[in-house]
Amino acid sequence: MDDVNIGGYQFMEATTMSRDRETRSEQGTQALSRNSAASLFGSERGSDVPDNTVGVITHDDPIFACRSVDVFYADKQAIFGVDLDIGRNQVISMIGPSGCGKSTFLRCLNRMNDTIDIARVTGRIELDGQDILDSKIDVVPLRARVGMVFQKPNPFPKSIYENVAYGPRIHGLARDRVELDEIVQTSLERAGLLKEVKDRMDQPGTGLSGGQQQRLCIARAIAVSPEVILMDEPCSALDPIATARIEDLIDELKENYTICIVTHSMQQAARVSQRTAYFHLGYLVEVDETDKIFTNPSHKLTEDYITGRFG
Amino acid sequence: MSNTNSTGRDAGTGLKATNRSMDRVQASLRRRYRAEKRFRAYGLISVVVGILFLFVLMASILAKGYPAFRQTFVTLDVYLDSAVIDPEGSRDPAVLRLADYKRLIRNSLQEIFPDASGRSERRKLVALISNGAPFQIQGLVMDEPSLVGQTLTLEFPASADLDMLMKGHIDRSLPEAERRLSDAQIGWVDKLVEQGRVHKRWNKALLSNGDSRDPEMAGIWGAVKGSFYMLVVTLVLSFPIGVAAAVYLEEFAPRNRWTDLIEININNLAAVPSIVFGLLGLAVFLNFFGMPRSAPLVGGLVLTVMTLPTVIISSRAALTSVPPSIREAALGMGASKMQATFHHVVPLAVPGMLTGTIIGMARALGESAPLLMIGMVAFIVDVPQGFTDPATALPVQIYLWADAPERAFVERTSAAILVLLAFLIAMNSLAIFLRRRFERRW
Repeated sequence: MDDVNIGGYQFMEATTMSRDRETRSEQGTQALSRNSAASLFGSERGSDVPDNTVGVITHDDPIFACRSVDVFYADKQAIFGVDLDIGRNQVISMIGPSGCGKSTFLRCLNRMNDTIDIARVTGRIELDGQDILDSKIDVVPLRARVGMVFQKPNPFPKSIYENVAYGPRIHGLARDRVELDEIVQTSLERAGLLKEVKDRMDQPGTGLSGGQQQRLCIARAIAVSPEVILMDEPCSALDPIATARIEDLIDELKENYTICIVTHSMQQAARVSQRTAYFHLGYLVEVDETDKIFTNPSHKLTEDYITGRFG
Repeated sequence: MSNTNSTGRDAGTGLKATNRSMDRVQASLRRRYRAEKRFRAYGLISVVVGILFLFVLMASILAKGYPAFRQTFVTLDVYLDSAVIDPEGSRDPAVLRLADYKRLIRNSLQEIFPDASGRSERRKLVALISNGAPFQIQGLVMDEPSLVGQTLTLEFPASADLDMLMKGHIDRSLPEAERRLSDAQIGWVDKLVEQGRVHKRWNKALLSNGDSRDPEMAGIWGAVKGSFYMLVVTLVLSFPIGVAAAVYLEEFAPRNRWTDLIEININNLAAVPSIVFGLLGLAVFLNFFGMPRSAPLVGGLVLTVMTLPTVIISSRAALTSVPPSIREAALGMGASKMQATFHHVVPLAVPGMLTGTIIGMARALGESAPLLMIGMVAFIVDVPQGFTDPATALPVQIYLWADAPERAFVERTSAAILVLLAFLIAMNSLAIFLRRRFERRW
């Protein structure tokens, strides 16, 4: 399982949490609008987080529009009313200390949290205007549109070819073998792996090096031509050279895909992303252009984090 | 000045403190190493004791069971007297079948020992040859009636008593009344040996016959076939049911009170004494459903119920050991739950499932208690030809033979145990082989 760290929330004051929940339940069937979520912000929460997310949460051409997203693991709330637009064909990075909920939020975007029994997501997440949290939405096509790359490279224990061909095959994207071969070739090419593996496509994907495996996972994700690729700390298990390759790749991929990347490395966020969102204890504290966040953050928590005072 | 002094003193005491703690570490180090050595010695002793017991057990079974694979045969010249077999010369199969072949053997023996006279002497003489011998002649004559009137040189299995004498299990120094063979019989045997008519041969009957009251005719083939039919039923039912249950419980079922309850009960069932499953089989399969008694089908059903928990638990363990990252990868690609499970998770769990199933099968093969309850403990001479024929199983056959008073059955019991052990070892090796084989797929 990916590191879904909910331990961090033990720092939250119990009273705050329970009051939060009461407010939620009082609202009952009433839709959770931006305004009602806003009423929860502020001094009531008993922490340094701001009343509202600082910076610019909106985007001119959003592919994702998230409004007052809450995530609960059983009784513990992990994400508190996150509002965020994710722009089309750009890279947005999510940073923050361990357990701040950035991975949890990322996993909401293709409903991977459904795989955790106790997880519950409320609010609205619109993908091109359609609420994907709606229980009527089928997660299979959603995950074909929103691909994911995980922290630890996790190629299937099959051949390199089969790894990339799996997605197109289950979604029926290729009519015949020739077309499938083509998809596999282009995906590997785009992931910058084709040159290294073209002579050993029938060898196990697990036999590649860590960086190659991660690029194979990226190739596997783009083989189903998604619109968005979610990356959950894709470089945390890689050495600097492999990391650099993945970062170059992200730069190239943003031409065609929207990329959301969770990272612990602020340098990486600064290098690859156009926008950066800073999460703190489940709250989205600040979101803005990456340049602005790293040169002139508006909120003290953000500044403390990027200057390395904690985290 | 004073400052430098104080720091110097501090450093000194610090050094001394380090020395003292190092002494303590040294002292405790010796203690720690001693404890480690002691622990290793305990472990080694346990292993040696275990191996010793195993060795003693295997050696005693081998020593007792090995002679059973050799059987004493007596060569006799038999005159197929048409006056005895078929006085009317009709060569009618019905007549040939019912003819008194025992008399032919008696005649042939009397030719060798003309001194044996009187009914009791003659009976003692015939008792040297197996009761199966007349059937051997009957078979020959039925197959080829033209043999009647000729003299054939045939090898007959010796009776169990003669066999025991040849194998040294009958003490000649005992008083005659306490021996299975009388002085006269021993004299005849010695003479037969002198004439070179007694040989030891490979005991084919042991592996190819069904059970018999006569040890020299008794074999385990009926029990082997009974066990085989039972295991087929068990495998065909318990593997699919067990794997399906495991996959559902592990991958699809919601975690709630009901599934918890089911899980606890499965774990408990695995620990239920096997005879209880026999009682269940008796109550449900025989009394309620009215299935035939002593049938491998019912035995297989009972063993299925008994092995299911083992198969389910080991299959679930195999599924749990598949890294969750594989599931996430598949689900993240947009595979449905079912595709993720059957394309990626189950194939990786198959070796573990197979191992668990074969271990369960091996346990079922060695099980006798539940079979006692459903009538598979009966004395059955015929080799079963199907799933509903009366049959016994190997362990039950061992139990039956162990109960028999004849000395010859003692070595056959051990021989049957050897056969059972051979099957168990073969099955476990297969399990290991399959696991290695499938795991090699990266």
